[in-house]
Amino acid sequence: MRNTYIPYPVRIKDTRVETEDKQLKSFWLEFMNPADADAFAYTPGQFAELSVSGYGEIPIGIASSPTEGQDLLFTVNKVGVVSNRLHNMKAGDVMGVRGPLGNSYPLKASEGKNIVIVAGGFAVTTLRSTMIWLLDPANRAKYGEITFIYGARTPGMLLYTDEWTSWQQSGQANVNVTIDREAPGWTGLVGFVPSVTEQVAPKPDNAVALICGPPVMIKFTQPVFDKLGWKPEQIVMSLENRMKCGIGICGRCNVGPEYVCKDGPVFTKAQLDKLPREY
Amino acid sequence: MANKILAKDQLGAFVDKLKAGREVFAPALVGDKVVWSPLDSAEGLLLDFSNTDLSPKDFFFPQTECMMRFANDAKAPDGMIMQAEPELKTPRALMNIRPCDAKAMQVLDLIFIQDQMTNDAYWRDKREKTLLIGLACNDPCPTCFCTSVNCGPHHEVGLDLLLVDLGDRFLVKVISQRGAEAAAGLPEAGAAEEVQAAELKAKAEAMITEGVGMDNVNAREVMELYEAPLWDRVQENCLNCGTCTFCCPTCHCFDIQDEVQGTDGRRVRNWDYCMSWLFTMHGTGHNPRGTKKDRVRQRFMHKFKYIPMKRGGEIGCVGCGRCVQLCPVNIDVRRVVNQMNG
Repeated sequence: MRNTYIPYPVRIKDTRVETEDKQLKSFWLEFMNPADADAFAYTPGQFAELSVSGYGEIPIGIASSPTEGQDLLFTVNKVGVVSNRLHNMKAGDVMGVRGPLGNSYPLKASEGKNIVIVAGGFAVTTLRSTMIWLLDPANRAKYGEITFIYGARTPGMLLYTDEWTSWQQSGQANVNVTIDREAPGWTGLVGFVPSVTEQVAPKPDNAVALICGPPVMIKFTQPVFDKLGWKPEQIVMSLENRMKCGIGICGRCNVGPEYVCKDGPVFTKAQLDKLPREY
Repeated sequence: MANKILAKDQLGAFVDKLKAGREVFAPALVGDKVVWSPLDSAEGLLLDFSNTDLSPKDFFFPQTECMMRFANDAKAPDGMIMQAEPELKTPRALMNIRPCDAKAMQVLDLIFIQDQMTNDAYWRDKREKTLLIGLACNDPCPTCFCTSVNCGPHHEVGLDLLLVDLGDRFLVKVISQRGAEAAAGLPEAGAAEEVQAAELKAKAEAMITEGVGMDNVNAREVMELYEAPLWDRVQENCLNCGTCTFCCPTCHCFDIQDEVQGTDGRRVRNWDYCMSWLFTMHGTGHNPRGTKKDRVRQRFMHKFKYIPMKRGGEIGCVGCGRCVQLCPVNIDVRRVVNQMNG
C-alpha cells in the first residue's frame, strides 16, 4: 500500500504574481511522473499539501479544475516559512504535492439546481475550480442559474480577473464582483460581500450556496442567507484550520469530532450549527 | 486456541526462543523508574511492577521519527525529491506489556489506519512486526480505572499472548495465531490452573473501585458537553503543561518538521500536544483554540466524546491512570469525566 505521507514530485511550470500587494502568487505545477497525475484524481473543493523540501508543507485549496488537464493551479498567500520560500521559487524548480485531500463541494448532489457561489478574498481559489468545472460544456447543462458573488478589498486585490470577466461576458453566469470601497477607475459594485449578497438576493428555491471566505465574511454572510429564507442544509461552507498530516490523524484541525482535513473542508451550515466554532 | 502453561524455571528457554529473529523488550527497573528496555535474558525480567512510567506507544510512534529523506541539492539526481525511510528491519516482541497499554495500541489502530488515504505506513509497519505478550495485573493501582473504559486488568484485546502469574508458573492465554506460534511446544493448561487464573482476574477487577460513567456523555450532544460550566473550573487549575499527553498511551498528536544539514535533508514527525497555543494557530494569527480553557476541554472531549462518536464507541482512554499520577496540579481524569457525565 502507498505511503500517503510521501509527496508526488512536481515541477513548477509557471508562476504569476496575482495582486498589487504581491502577497498572492499563483503556481502551475506539472507532475514529473505521468502515473502520479493519474493517481491524483480530484474534484472541486479539495486541497493538497504543497511540499517544499527543507521547509515543510502547507495545505492549499486546489484552484485548477480537473477539466483543465493534469497540471495543478495553486494561489498561495505569503504568510509563513513555506509560503515565503515558495514565493521565491521559479519555473523549473522541483517541489512536491500530496493529495488530493478532503471532501469536495457537493456538485453531483446539486445537479438540476441553481448554484450561488460566494467568495471573499483569496478564498476564491477552490470556487474558481468550481466555476471552471460548472461552465465546462460537459457540465453546464446539468445546472440551472449560476450566480457568482466575489469581493476583495481593492480592484488590485481581485484574483483571476480575466476569467470572471469572460464568464460575465459569455452570459453563462450572473457575475457580481465587488470591492470594499470606491476606487479610481472601478465601475463595478462597491460594498462588502454580505451587503452585495443581500442586494443580489439569490432565491433559495431549488438552490445551493457554496461559500468560502475569511471567518468575518462567513459570519456576516450567513445571516443574510437566513433572512432570504435559505435553510441550513442548502448553505455549504468550506473551512480552513491549521493542518499537518492532512489525513485525519495528527489532531489539530478538528472542529468537534470532525476533522477539517478529512471530514471537510466542506460542511453544510446544518452540520456546523451543531459544532463548536473552533475555526 | 488452548491455553498453555509456562513454568517460571522455563522462562529462559521461552525468552531465548522469542529472541530468535526478534528484538525483545520488557519493563526494567532503571533507578526508581520502570522503563521499557531491551531484554537480554529471562534473568532480567521484572515481574513485580505496577506499570512502566511511560507508555509503550514510542515503539510504534516514536517521539521523534524520520519519515523521509531528500538530497538537499537541486542539481543532484532526484535532488529535493522525498524518499520514504526504510521499514523496520528486525521484528520485535514486547514482553510483559500491561493489558491497558495493549488495548491502547488497538484504539490507536482505529485512528492511524482507517482507509486507503488515512493509512499511516510508519505505524502499520511497526504494529505488523511486533508481537505483544501481556502480563495480567493481579494487583492494580488505586489510580487504575480500566474496568470502566472497555478494558480490564486481564483484558486480552490487542495482545498475542497474555501471561497470568500463578506463583511458580504462568497461565499463557493464547489470543492470536502469532501468539500460538510463540507458545508452541508449551504444555497445555489444566482445569485447576484455568480456575486459579479466573479467580485472580475476578479479584483484580474487584480491587478497581473508582471509575468513570459514560452513559450521559454518550447520550448528550456535543454542544451540551462543550458548553458545560465544568470547564471553567477545570481550566483554573490546568497549566497546559502537557504532562498528561506525554505519558498517555492513546495521545497521538504530532507535528511534522523539515530538517536540513548540508546536503542531507529529512522530514520528521515529533509528538505534539493539544495544550500548546501554537498547535492550532493559523498563519494569519487567528487561533480557533486560543484560550487555555479551549485546549484543556479539547483533550477531554477528544478522548471521551469525539473518538467514541467517530470510532464506533471506542473510548480514547484505557484507564491506565498515568495522568492521574503525574498531573502536577492533581487534575483527576475520573473526576472530570464524571462531571461531564453528571
